[in-house]
Amino acid sequence: MTNAMPQQAETSVISAKALNLTFQTNDGPVHALRDVNLEVGKGDFVSFIGPSGCGKTTFLRVMADLEQPTSGEVLVNGVSPEAARKARAYGYVFQAAGLYPWRSIGGNIRLPLEIMGYDKAAQAERVREVLELVELAGFENKYPWQLSGGMQQRASIARALAFEADILLMDEPFGALDEIVRDHLNEQLLALWARTQKTICFVTHSIPEAVYLSTKIVVMSPRPGRITDVIESPLPKERPLDIRDTPEFLEIAHRVREGLRAGHAYD
Amino acid sequence: MRNLIPVLTVVAVIVAIWYAAAVWLNAQWVLDTAARQDREIGTSELVLETWSQDKPRLPAPHQVVTELWETTVEKNITSKRSLVYHAWVTLSATLAGFAMGTALGVALAVGIVYVRVMDMSVMPWVIASQTIPILAIAPMIIVVLNAMGLSGLLPKAMISMYLSFFPVVVGMVKGLRAPSRMQLDQMRTWNATQGQEFLRLRLPSSMPYLFASLKIAMAASLVGAIVGELPTGAVAGLGARLLAGSYYGQTIQIWSALFMAAIVAAAMVGLIGLVQRLTLKRMGMA
Repeated sequence: MTNAMPQQAETSVISAKALNLTFQTNDGPVHALRDVNLEVGKGDFVSFIGPSGCGKTTFLRVMADLEQPTSGEVLVNGVSPEAARKARAYGYVFQAAGLYPWRSIGGNIRLPLEIMGYDKAAQAERVREVLELVELAGFENKYPWQLSGGMQQRASIARALAFEADILLMDEPFGALDEIVRDHLNEQLLALWARTQKTICFVTHSIPEAVYLSTKIVVMSPRPGRITDVIESPLPKERPLDIRDTPEFLEIAHRVREGLRAGHAYD
Repeated sequence: MRNLIPVLTVVAVIVAIWYAAAVWLNAQWVLDTAARQDREIGTSELVLETWSQDKPRLPAPHQVVTELWETTVEKNITSKRSLVYHAWVTLSATLAGFAMGTALGVALAVGIVYVRVMDMSVMPWVIASQTIPILAIAPMIIVVLNAMGLSGLLPKAMISMYLSFFPVVVGMVKGLRAPSRMQLDQMRTWNATQGQEFLRLRLPSSMPYLFASLKIAMAASLVGAIVGELPTGAVAGLGARLLAGSYYGQTIQIWSALFMAAIVAAAMVGLIGLVQRLTLKRMGMA
């Protein structure tokens, strides 16, 4: 999709300024996000890390126009989240794969394409392409129950990639998977990111995962949900799994841990 | 085979109890008759006679089976004395009412799920409609429709519909709301229209609920059609057979009509079950 983008979007794909979001609950207001400012550049891989209740998922949902901020401004591709959503500017990967059991893997990936009115030939072409991208070629006619949890999550990533949005929002996509599968998927995700040049926002609560994947790590803390640290990763783009044993990696991981601890000192 | 043995055991027990009950309920009449005729009667004679009366209080199983056989297999199905003919009269009204009830139920459920005003207002009326005894309202429906010039199959079908739309509404409201928050959010991220969301997510998700409802609706529909035949003095249909049987004390005829109704209901519910199995299996939901 080639949308006309304002000039600032050249550098900043997502931009949040003085963002606040308060939920009104029976126990009084809950500050899910307070004074959040962030710039995400094109092609960045940004991880949001923090304990539960720190607003990382809420922030992602604001970008996706699934929650409305109380005040402040968010721009996605230089326009409001609603306009970005309507322009289908992002693909969203949820915690659970959420594949429809009555559709084959190919049918599941075709679903957003049908909704967006791609013609039959283009649908087939895109399905083939993204299945290859997530290394599921040959599984097009299988049904979700025939796939392992990790494969299902890869299929759901393929579905989010199918309609060529250049932003990928991922909400703890590997949270329910075991460590070994997770490592493998992390590696694949990095390869996919390198090939597609997408901008990725990735919510996680795993420190190694955040450090391994990201070019930018956003550390958040709860009550009120806010950003406590933004770490630009000095790690090279090329990252084999054993990079996690290098001093640089451990140093970043340490800084993330410090940031998380500092956030907790508030309560 | 392994499943057959417990099933047959239960059937055998029921039949045994039934024969025993026939003896118990019909014995008085046999004894009275014997007394009038100044006849001594032995136990085995007594038992045999309780099982072979013309108008017993409770006919024995073999009497009902014989009557069923004679009125189905041995009668031309166009004959007014054929139970198949009567069953078809009732079944046609049942199916028409079932189709109308399902359509009404689904339509109401869609309204309740999508229109807030309907969500807040319709359900109490739907529930209230089912608290009215059908025997009380059926004659009024028949009379009103007759006054409007409608008679025959349609009034009976309306009563069937009245009974069968309820389980469909309840099941479909639940089914159309079955998709999770996440699935609905996902549709939103794709900027799907309400129609796309309905056809591709809500409707397929509701299928297990729909089939469960349809089974109940079918049984209710048959009851509705039979009840609909009672107040009209209908000349055909299982309800008419029941009514005629009770006028003339033909208990065997009543019981065979009841069994025919049960067989028809079981066949229809079984048919829905088959469609359900095939559909849900294809959809990967079974």
